[in-house]
Amino acid sequence: MGTSFGRGGATTFQQDLQNSDCIVIQGSNMAECHPVGFQWVMEARRRGATVIHVDPRFTRTSAVADLHVPIRAGSDIAFLGALVNHVLSNELDFREYVVNYTNAAAIVDEEFRDTDDLDGLFVGYDPESGQYDPSHWQYAGAPQSAAAGMRDPAQPGGPSRPHEEPGDPEEMSAGARHKAGRSETSGSGGPSVHAKPQRDETLQDPRCVFQILKRHFARYTPEMVQQVCGISPEQFAQVAEALTSNSGRERTSAFVYAVGWTHHSVGVQNIRCAAILQQLLGNIGRPGGGIMALRGHASIQGSTDIPTLFNILPGYLPMAHAHEHLDLDSYVEADAGKTGFWGNMRDYTVSLLKAYWGEAATEQNEFCFDYLPRLTGNHGTYDTVMGQIEGRVKGYFIVGENPAVGSGNGKMQRLGMANLDWLVVRDMAMIESATFWKDSPEIATGELVTADIGTEVFFLPAASHVEKSGSFTNTQRMLQWHHKAVEPPGDCRSELQFYHDLGKIIRRKLAGSNDDMDRPLLDLTWDYPTEGPLAEPNAESVLREINGWSGDGAEGTALSSYTELKSDGSTTCGCWIYCGVYADETNQAARRRPHWEQSYVAPEWGWAWPSNRRILYNRASADPDGKPWSERKRYVWWDAEANDGSGSWTGMDVPDFIADRPPDHVPEEGAQGPDAIGGRDPFIMQTDGKSWLFVPTGLADGPMPTHYEPAESPVRNPLYGRQANPAREKVEHPANPTNPSLSDVFPFVFTSYRLTEHHTAGGMSRTLPYLAELQPEMFCEVSPRLAEMRGLQHGGWATIVTARTAIEARVMVTDRVRSLRVGEQSIEQVGLPYHWGGNGLSTGDSMNDLVNLTLDPNVHIQDKVGTCDINPGRRPRGPKLTAYVEGYRRRAGLDGDLDRQEGSTT
Amino acid sequence: MTSLQQRLSGRLDDVTGDAGYEAGEHPPRMGFFTDTSVCIGCKACEVACKEWNDVPQQGSAGIGAMSAMSYDNTQALGADSWRHVAFVEKPAKPTFATTADLGLPGMGPPGFSDGVPAGDEGADQGTASGEDGGVRWLMSSDVCKHCTHAACLDVCPTGSLFRTEFGTVVVQPDICNGCGYCVPACPYGVIERREEDGRVFKCTLCYDRLKDGQQPACAQACPTESIQYGEVSELRERARLRVAELHDKGVDVARLYGADPDDGVGGDGAFFLLLDEPEVYGLPPDPVVTTRDLGTMWKHVGSAAVALVGLGVASFTSRRLVPRLLSTGFGGRLPGARR
Repeated sequence: MGTSFGRGGATTFQQDLQNSDCIVIQGSNMAECHPVGFQWVMEARRRGATVIHVDPRFTRTSAVADLHVPIRAGSDIAFLGALVNHVLSNELDFREYVVNYTNAAAIVDEEFRDTDDLDGLFVGYDPESGQYDPSHWQYAGAPQSAAAGMRDPAQPGGPSRPHEEPGDPEEMSAGARHKAGRSETSGSGGPSVHAKPQRDETLQDPRCVFQILKRHFARYTPEMVQQVCGISPEQFAQVAEALTSNSGRERTSAFVYAVGWTHHSVGVQNIRCAAILQQLLGNIGRPGGGIMALRGHASIQGSTDIPTLFNILPGYLPMAHAHEHLDLDSYVEADAGKTGFWGNMRDYTVSLLKAYWGEAATEQNEFCFDYLPRLTGNHGTYDTVMGQIEGRVKGYFIVGENPAVGSGNGKMQRLGMANLDWLVVRDMAMIESATFWKDSPEIATGELVTADIGTEVFFLPAASHVEKSGSFTNTQRMLQWHHKAVEPPGDCRSELQFYHDLGKIIRRKLAGSNDDMDRPLLDLTWDYPTEGPLAEPNAESVLREINGWSGDGAEGTALSSYTELKSDGSTTCGCWIYCGVYADETNQAARRRPHWEQSYVAPEWGWAWPSNRRILYNRASADPDGKPWSERKRYVWWDAEANDGSGSWTGMDVPDFIADRPPDHVPEEGAQGPDAIGGRDPFIMQTDGKSWLFVPTGLADGPMPTHYEPAESPVRNPLYGRQANPAREKVEHPANPTNPSLSDVFPFVFTSYRLTEHHTAGGMSRTLPYLAELQPEMFCEVSPRLAEMRGLQHGGWATIVTARTAIEARVMVTDRVRSLRVGEQSIEQVGLPYHWGGNGLSTGDSMNDLVNLTLDPNVHIQDKVGTCDINPGRRPRGPKLTAYVEGYRRRAGLDGDLDRQEGSTT
Repeated sequence: MTSLQQRLSGRLDDVTGDAGYEAGEHPPRMGFFTDTSVCIGCKACEVACKEWNDVPQQGSAGIGAMSAMSYDNTQALGADSWRHVAFVEKPAKPTFATTADLGLPGMGPPGFSDGVPAGDEGADQGTASGEDGGVRWLMSSDVCKHCTHAACLDVCPTGSLFRTEFGTVVVQPDICNGCGYCVPACPYGVIERREEDGRVFKCTLCYDRLKDGQQPACAQACPTESIQYGEVSELRERARLRVAELHDKGVDVARLYGADPDDGVGGDGAFFLLLDEPEVYGLPPDPVVTTRDLGTMWKHVGSAAVALVGLGVASFTSRRLVPRLLSTGFGGRLPGARR
């Protein structure tokens, strides 16, 4: 999303789905996983919208959809690509929107070669490193010295962040060979191109993006969809007809996705494909349109805005790199776009440094820029796990996570935790990650022995959300404040208090130190007022610091917009995109005016970044001249009479545009920053002001989505000679073997998911009787055909096995899981919820133990699908389990030699 | 004053007044309309009910095994389950023809389509298309019906069960002596004894919340307004319109259950919009208040007493009379006959 539109957040908000004429839910089981937001889908349906659910399983979402389209897990790009092809080859695109608001007209470098020419590879692939040099994906005439791939660590911008789910430790991960690039910085602000491209607005030039796109997707036909996805041409036609007839001037369609798209080795490109489709159909920035990225409960969006990630700072500012960013100038120079709002990056950075180091941050010392930690490489989750196993990482905080259950390849997680000096687990329940040393599956098999584990584990009880004040940033970038209802019981404490106290203790221990290394800690502003019987830091004072102020310290005046930030040290701001959440010295996130007392957009409920906008890029809801595309889809428009006749953008939402910039404005040659935004450039965070159908820079695995099979697949890729994503990251460890594709030993596809009744890795649901009793046991869902093939009994036990391990589950034989006809093959899929582990009231094996770590190269997220075998009965116990899995590995030709484990892929 | 017969069955427009509340002074009758066509099976109603009413987890033995009844692990209403979401998986009738005819909305006025939504032949609650017609997954949140003629209340010897000013039927646990007469009396099998406690428990329609002007916990928690709380008269009208709307969209299978004041229980205070036969959801197709014939029975008991006297005499004259007398006197539907 970041690379396509400029910001890595949902382009719309869930309430706006009620205005959609067609909603395609794909890669999401919204009714089960976001049941409260799903009411707006139901409302749309009540108003006559067509709701389509594309999913491997018939779920609670499918049950209330107009159409369920069963798809083979991991084949989404083939399906979406065919929709793109359908739109292009039948000229069903919204041409006026496409020409004016997207980069369709841009001319691409003549050295660009597509996958059509190179049998599944783009130009610039290095088979040695398995990485791309994207310098030939640029717009024609772009200065080659700025080519992103040539200077990987300094690459401006970066790929979009797929919207990982809650508490998924998958937040970040490894990929040892990839440097920790700027891969998250497009969370707000697209990657930079340093020139406005040449354009051919007739879209006829063979090198223009539109024509390249047309050629690229030409092979994605309905027949190919049948061969790859197992979807009949008739069903494909139904979806294509519904989508195209409900898009255009008068009508809009929305896409909804979640981790069903992100958790793949082609995760980012899944989303890119939907982004292309929605651009062609003119559905971005308009009511009832957009791409609704469903993020996790309850603040996963917040956890990237104010990041828990290793490679970004608050507001998606890149983390400084040790060798590239020796001073503030080089840091800002490398990453600031020349045009668009990213051009003001120095203001955001200096204001952040002032928030961190207050009075110690001065112009003379570059506002303590040197105090910032520096990156030397990848420090993502899966890389950290590898570091633990290899002994490089000695300590670990687990907070609001349960990696022993919730992270891919649970065995590697536990092997890592067992090899630490210390481990801190903060949780409300005694989760598996805190007790792995005595009861993990590896203890049962003998792979780990309690007495030999040196890790000192500290379990610290945590306060729940009703026992502390704070904000959640929900899936639509909206901050909502929650007030403490009761004091935390016993020793339970909030995270805020924990970290505040930890910082105080560390600073006390360092007090008096003359070591320069300790200055960053000692100079930190760490003086939040405390309150209540537990002397908790006041959460609103933290929010105010995040918002920022001008003038003198806490005595200053709260800012109301990031446009007020300065680079001279006169403003402070903890997260520039959140600036305005404390405008007028008021906690705007705590506003609770219901929508029935205002418009459905409800701008006075909570506060959304940026600048309280609810639909992003909403300038695109008006035509190039600033008039609504249609009365029916009015949202934001140019009012020439306003502002004493000088004109202003106005409408139902905060305009996502410079308020007084008229639609006919043409920027001066050489203009920089926001001045360079033209009146017809709705995507103000993009350096060229347009949304990107073709991504010239910022992605590691290609400028356009291409269908590759998952790393483990029973199907040969019929589209190209390349089987799996050539740029995928492999995590090489004996505990992480990959099943060979097309293997008779692992003939079935598994896919993982969640249930309404449980919460992520189960710490907050398997421990509660009212929830545990609703889904009391781990189960697998299989089709009647598979049950018959393997002799599985409904309600009985089954053992599911991959090259990593085997788990057991109760069997649910159901028509809701369908046998698919994929080309000439019959494909069976096994559905596995991932909530279970060994602790709590409801216990069971962990699905994630089956998962193989093969990662998306942009955001280092693992593939949620893979291949497996399934047999009736319970799994072997103790060392017999290891022997059982070894037997499978042997029969599949995996003998521990990692090179041979590549199997037939690529 | 209504006759005894009327108080036990048939249409009764002011059930609250009939229970002794002053006409014009009691609030209107309140109830539920559960529209299963928009239920997404999230079970928020079950959990909210248990949280608010402090209902214990099912069974004292801890978390049990998976029921294997689709996603329904609650399985039935009972003392520890006052809301129960049924999940019914059913093969859909072959829908390929109907889904192929998408009937897509054309250009219409804002927010409305002039066409029929795709595959609406049974599409509310599900079509999966495919060669074999796919599957339907019906979900429905069941609850105590708060009958107009509530047999549980009629048979309660202690007065523990009573009719509230809202027209709902509530157990007072401090009065219940655990006799259990109400259990077989209920034509729906709703009320149940809690084994370890002895007393009976069921939905109170959140009597305490109603007294504070709030809606019941389940209705408040429902994200899709499948559970709607309100005045029964108004809900019945709303339900009628909803069925008409669905019929207009081609969802011919939509029908109301428990909304008819002339049915066997005089209509339910909690009624439903279903998308299939009631039996599919585990609901009795034609429930009758089990005390309907109580009046007749007592009358027959009277005549039977007289007859018995005669019987003593007659026994000396003709043995063939006895069976005939007995069948006349006790041939009505007995309480609990359903169970």
